[in-house]
Amino acid sequence: MTHWLLAPILIPLLGAILQIFVGYAPMPLRRVLAIITSALTLAAAIVLLNLAGDDTYRVYAMGNWQPPFGIVMVLDRLAAMMLVLTASLALLCHLFAIGGTDEGTRQFHSLFLFQLMGLNIAFLTGDLFNLFVAFEILLIASYGLLMHGSGSTRSTPGLHYVVLNLVGSSLFLISVGMIYSVTGTLNMADLAVKVPLVSGDQRFLVEAGGMLLLVVFALKAAVLPLTFWLPRAYASATAPVAAFFAIMTKVGIYGIIRVYPLVFGANAGEMANLGMNWLFPLALATLIMGVIGVMGAQTLRTLVTWQLVISVGTLLAPIALGSQKGLAAALFYLLSTTWTVGGLFLLIELVRSQRGSASDKIVMAPQIRHRTLLSSLFFFGAVSAAGLPPLSGFFGKLMILQSTTSGVEMAWLWGTILTGSFFTLIAYSRAGSVVFWRNIEGEIKNSTPVTPLLALSTGALIGMSVLMVALAGPISAYTSATAAQLLDTRGYIQTLQAPMVEEGS
Amino acid sequence: MELVFALAIGALTAGGVYLLLRARTFPVVLGLTMLSYGVNLFLFASGRLATGSQPVLGTAAQYADPLPQALVLTAIVIGFAMTAFVVVLSLRNLADHGDDHVDGDPKKRTPTSKHARERRPL
Repeated sequence: MTHWLLAPILIPLLGAILQIFVGYAPMPLRRVLAIITSALTLAAAIVLLNLAGDDTYRVYAMGNWQPPFGIVMVLDRLAAMMLVLTASLALLCHLFAIGGTDEGTRQFHSLFLFQLMGLNIAFLTGDLFNLFVAFEILLIASYGLLMHGSGSTRSTPGLHYVVLNLVGSSLFLISVGMIYSVTGTLNMADLAVKVPLVSGDQRFLVEAGGMLLLVVFALKAAVLPLTFWLPRAYASATAPVAAFFAIMTKVGIYGIIRVYPLVFGANAGEMANLGMNWLFPLALATLIMGVIGVMGAQTLRTLVTWQLVISVGTLLAPIALGSQKGLAAALFYLLSTTWTVGGLFLLIELVRSQRGSASDKIVMAPQIRHRTLLSSLFFFGAVSAAGLPPLSGFFGKLMILQSTTSGVEMAWLWGTILTGSFFTLIAYSRAGSVVFWRNIEGEIKNSTPVTPLLALSTGALIGMSVLMVALAGPISAYTSATAAQLLDTRGYIQTLQAPMVEEGS
Repeated sequence: MELVFALAIGALTAGGVYLLLRARTFPVVLGLTMLSYGVNLFLFASGRLATGSQPVLGTAAQYADPLPQALVLTAIVIGFAMTAFVVVLSLRNLADHGDDHVDGDPKKRTPTSKHARERRPL
């Protein structure tokens, strides 16, 4: 039992509480403290990534309560990968935020760190109810962050977002109750043992609970019928918040990857692969919806929010097929798309602040300052997001395409992803050429300069896709080992059944 | 008892969903509250209904399942906080738009892109 497991939770928690106490301290001090907290969280996540690399499961039983009864934190390859992804995204968004976005309210840093903590709990927990609590922590922080900043335009989308997520939370509780009432446990490893044994009429209750849980995760991930809340909510948030929210749809996807192969996977008897035959067509439909949204976007921000929807569809399609190669490819693409979309959100804020009243509308405007820098960053981001060869988005999509084997699924997946990428490319080139090339005479007043800090954090986030190409070998080795570990559920179950605390220790 | 309990959950949930679908913030908040009460009762019932048994081990021959009670407690606490937040947000929405419609002021109601296009400081 290693205490390092709690570090990614405790560090942001302490940092966030500290931020509340230093609420009236000078801004530079608060910013330094906040950045140190984010950086330490990333360091802790990297330590855990090294720990998880040896394919063993590490379990931390809170208060020494034995697993099926107490709350456990479980570290495996998937959890470690998500922790590093979240922490790196958070640190870069945080760096961008201290460039000026955090002014106005005193709560920004604490809310940001609380959301980081909620995300980390969600990735580490091995218990369904604790997952609900983690969702609530990250959601309530996200409500506050969404409303951060001035302007009355965000109170309405914020209200929609909050009400929708509260209904989602209610559904989550109902599904947890249904599963608990039959199996008598909420520990994921214990559920994996007990669900295959359920038979007769009780099976329908667990099945309904499992499907309802899928609806909840699909709402968080913004899968098609539940996707329309996303563009308006994300487009109204401030840039670093929107960029950090790029991980929020991935929490829904993480929930599906974590719960379904383990509890309702191939070994679940009568309930094997529950809901996955629904997920595949819905994922493709989400992808198509995202492409339509990208094509119809009139502002750069809506363009990128719909890009998030595309990535959700692209990720869920191979996951629904359930092959190990597909899962590995999806995890690779998940890393690539989260960083790229986050970087694009930050970049658009920089472009917007240069364009005066034209803002981020895809219309002709006078030439912006720092055009070379911003347009080349946009070029890199767009190439990676659309999935063109040199950058990581291409490798992710290629691996996803290669993972399909059977004819019908292959035809659907290849057709949708390739056509979708083509139209995404058209949308990006149209937006880029209008915004950066087609300039009209004149000058923009009150354009704010791009400071090195803002440029650095944006460039680093977009540059991740270049880094991922350079390190494609090790990263894809890691993701395929992760997929293998996820689909072989015996290790997970055994670890949680073994007694983990020696008496007197 | 079972029938009354089930009817109560059903009535709360149905009322909650009906109120949620009203497009004014006050009924929506009320609907969320009713829905969360229904959900809490449902969660409570998932540990089986029993009378006269305590959720403490070793004090009686028959004991009630303590876990759902712990879950309900957590859910109630979270539900209260969330309801408080929605109330504040609804008031803010009312102050911003001068109207309690969930989409803001009906006269100014516009498609998504309009909101995204409006300029906000960095």
